[in-house]
Amino acid sequence: MSGSWEAVIGLEVHAQLLTRTKLFCGCATSFGAPPNTHVCPTCLGLPGALPVLNGEAVRMAVRTALSLGCSIKESSRFARKNYFYPDLPKGYQISQYDEPFSEGGFVEFEVEESGGQAKDAPPVTKRARLTRIHMEEDAGKNLHDLGGGSVVDLNRAGTPLVEIVGEPDLRTPAEAAGYLRALRDVLVFLGVNDGNLEEGSFRCDANVSIRPAGSSTLGTRVELKNINSFRFVEKALAGEIARQRDVLESGGRVVQETRGWDEKTSSTFSLRSKETAQDYRYFPEPDLPPLRLDEAFVATLRATLAETPRVKRERFVSELGLSPYAAQVLTQHPRVAAFFEEAATLSLDGVAVANFIQSEVLRDVTTRGVEAIFPVTPGQVVEILKLVSQGKISGKQAKELYAKAKGTTASPAALAADLGMSQVSDPAAIEAACAKVVADNAKQAEQYRAGKTGVFGFFVGQVMKATKGSANPQLVNETLKRLLGG
Amino acid sequence: MDTVVAVAESVRKGDKRAVEIAETALARIEQRDRDLHAFLAVAKDELLAQARAVDEKRARGEALGPLAGVPVALKDALCMRGVPTTSGSKMLEGWRPPYDATVVAKLRAADALIPGKTNLDEFAMGSSTESSAYGPTKNPVDPERTPGGSSGGSAVAVAAGMSPASLGSDTGGSIRQPAAFTGVVGLKPTYGRVSRFGLVAFASSLDQIGPFATDVRGAARVLSVIAGHDPKDMTSLTAELHDYEAACGASVRGLRLGVPEEYFAEGLDPDVEASIRGAIKALEADGCSVRPVRLPHTRHAVATYYVIATAEASSNLARFDGVRYGLRVEPKAVSDQSQGSALRAMYGATRDAGFGPEVKRRILLGTFVLSAGYYDAYYLKAQKVRTLIRRDFEAAFADVDAVVCPTAPTPPFKLGEKTSDPLSMYLSDVYTLPASLAGLPALSVPCAPTPSGLPVGLQIVTRPLAETTALTLAAAVEASHPRRDEGRR
Repeated sequence: MSGSWEAVIGLEVHAQLLTRTKLFCGCATSFGAPPNTHVCPTCLGLPGALPVLNGEAVRMAVRTALSLGCSIKESSRFARKNYFYPDLPKGYQISQYDEPFSEGGFVEFEVEESGGQAKDAPPVTKRARLTRIHMEEDAGKNLHDLGGGSVVDLNRAGTPLVEIVGEPDLRTPAEAAGYLRALRDVLVFLGVNDGNLEEGSFRCDANVSIRPAGSSTLGTRVELKNINSFRFVEKALAGEIARQRDVLESGGRVVQETRGWDEKTSSTFSLRSKETAQDYRYFPEPDLPPLRLDEAFVATLRATLAETPRVKRERFVSELGLSPYAAQVLTQHPRVAAFFEEAATLSLDGVAVANFIQSEVLRDVTTRGVEAIFPVTPGQVVEILKLVSQGKISGKQAKELYAKAKGTTASPAALAADLGMSQVSDPAAIEAACAKVVADNAKQAEQYRAGKTGVFGFFVGQVMKATKGSANPQLVNETLKRLLGG
Repeated sequence: MDTVVAVAESVRKGDKRAVEIAETALARIEQRDRDLHAFLAVAKDELLAQARAVDEKRARGEALGPLAGVPVALKDALCMRGVPTTSGSKMLEGWRPPYDATVVAKLRAADALIPGKTNLDEFAMGSSTESSAYGPTKNPVDPERTPGGSSGGSAVAVAAGMSPASLGSDTGGSIRQPAAFTGVVGLKPTYGRVSRFGLVAFASSLDQIGPFATDVRGAARVLSVIAGHDPKDMTSLTAELHDYEAACGASVRGLRLGVPEEYFAEGLDPDVEASIRGAIKALEADGCSVRPVRLPHTRHAVATYYVIATAEASSNLARFDGVRYGLRVEPKAVSDQSQGSALRAMYGATRDAGFGPEVKRRILLGTFVLSAGYYDAYYLKAQKVRTLIRRDFEAAFADVDAVVCPTAPTPPFKLGEKTSDPLSMYLSDVYTLPASLAGLPALSVPCAPTPSGLPVGLQIVTRPLAETTALTLAAAVEASHPRRDEGRR
């Protein structure tokens, strides 16, 4: 994008809440069941069926809003958004319109500053405001071209969503991606969303316009629909910004419309214009009384609110002494963070635990949504590190021990004993090994004594090799220095 | 036919078997309904099975429910598992609900017998049962005349002795007006007193299910069975139930009655007025005090109602789209072959064929008043006026215990008399709409017929949840106006 234009971006995120049942009925919300098996009179929109609000969904929605600094309204209303579509069984979606349950709030996110700085320049922290968060029900899914025309699967119909509406505070595609990642992390750490863009449980629409840099008026905005990966967010926004710039620079006008992103052609295409925009005829949902969220209820949820990933990272650095990088790595998934915290609490040496998890454990962890599978328990990690700190095994042996303990419930201490692992800390044995290495390598010893101290590492390596890595490295260092120094 | 309480007592004591009662009801329906057309479906097998179950229960010595062996017919807007439910529309022809409405489950639990589904104006939209897609119901008092509506079939089932009680639904008068037109008791409870779960919705903020019965005590007993909080309906009230039957025996002495001058204005038939004034005088003689009250926003009730009710209806009826159940009509020719236009053509063809003219009129009205640019002027304004109407009643109830007035401005009118003039049809609900908009309990009880023998109903409106007061007064009116034999002619 040329320097003379500035983009203005606001994101609307729809996030599925991880409740066991749907927003207005008792049907299960599980993903991947055979079509139309998780349905009942209410979510099928049968005549006479009525909605009953899911309290678990309300609690998750309020926790989401509290985590993002929103204010909670003591009274809010559901409204009907009326339109016809086969995946919408009642002919209206129950949503919130002019009286959402929360307003305000913000997302704090990090973005790499582009523009020629050193690659390892620390990311910049920014803040974008939220307009509101409201609750609504999801629609079902239309499936096309399955032979006999189009069919509908209503398993998803009625799944609870929060819509998180952002202010147009973002200026670059990179900021939009950073905002989305940060927002997803918050929801995933709360345990209210699985953060899965590909399966559609975390969906994003973007409003984007451009204006001359320095201008304070807004250009005509275009809505980009259904961007389903972080990579696409940046690409789609960059593509749309470039399109609008080309239109304006060739003397044209940007038309207010809704556009989609075509991955194959890497460009956006028109879905519908403002003229054909629907009139949703919103009105208060008469089947549901106003939603009352009294202060005590909100206070209880506030008191039991989980830390946001950002607060957790700061605490890992300030209280446990981790590097910002390590704190970042260990907070990329809530279960990883929880695993680390449990191990750190048991071992009292957070840094050693963090290093070991990063260098060994993480590559064996598999995550799916909010779930994660670990090869060992935090207790096993702590036990391995304890053997190291007690001088019983070496760091190299710790890695071997971890490899053996993986996928078992074995006690690392017992395993180490079975494997005959023990670190040699007997000064006499080490003295003998070191003396032999010095004697066998007279030429290198000569060089060292002549001031070529770089060969010291060679001697250490030879001793470790001779002892199969079991020698206490500190004792080896001291002994070699003494023998060579003589 | 015996009253609800008499039938239940005879079964409980063993004087009659439930199967005998069911067979009598079926015979009576067979005999009368060819002419009257109160029923859209007679659930003969279900009815006899229910009756046998009640008799077996008694034979086992188990305690029987309060409606043991009592036939209670259902307005066809109420869902009953496996029994066709049309709501009077071609749109739902042949549709069988996979579930019971809460009121149906409660009737079953009370050992009631359900003889079938009764006729109604299409989707309960009308005041004469003439907008039913399945033909009108006739008034047993005079088959040339309408039984009122929309719950005309349920009123006639009771009035013609086919069922001692029935359930209707009342959105703007659909229980009270047909009760008045057919000479039976009809009660619309406080909004939220009875669960709406399983009632095919017309206007959700106004719809309320209630009983018809041959006598006041019968209505009270049915109410005590169907009332109460339902976790399936978030608008149902949690307040405790009262002893409705006991209220029927309480004294009216000292009750303060308010007579709203706005209801005795132009358009009120003089014979109806004479009958109503006579009933009020009789209550005064029984020890009630009578004073005038003002309900100044009454004149806006019709307009307010037809904005709010149609707005909600336009949304409630959107689900009838031909996609999942009910009627589906494939369009003859689609000019544009795109998927979107084929879909829109199917919607159009289905809804054009499935809905009758009155339903279409109301969907159009409701869609209009919710449209961008008109919402504030119509829907929002109507909600404000609705609040004013509610406040009128609150002010009146500061001084009186009940408001008494005519249920309808005229005696039952002739079939076809108003079908071509929707506005005059709408005005036949002018006295019942205000209590609906205010969510108040209201009851119609027969008083003296007109000189030509047509039924007249006195409407009694009380404070929220004060169905008891209405029942007490109605029982007194009933005592001074002995019930005539059902179904003369």
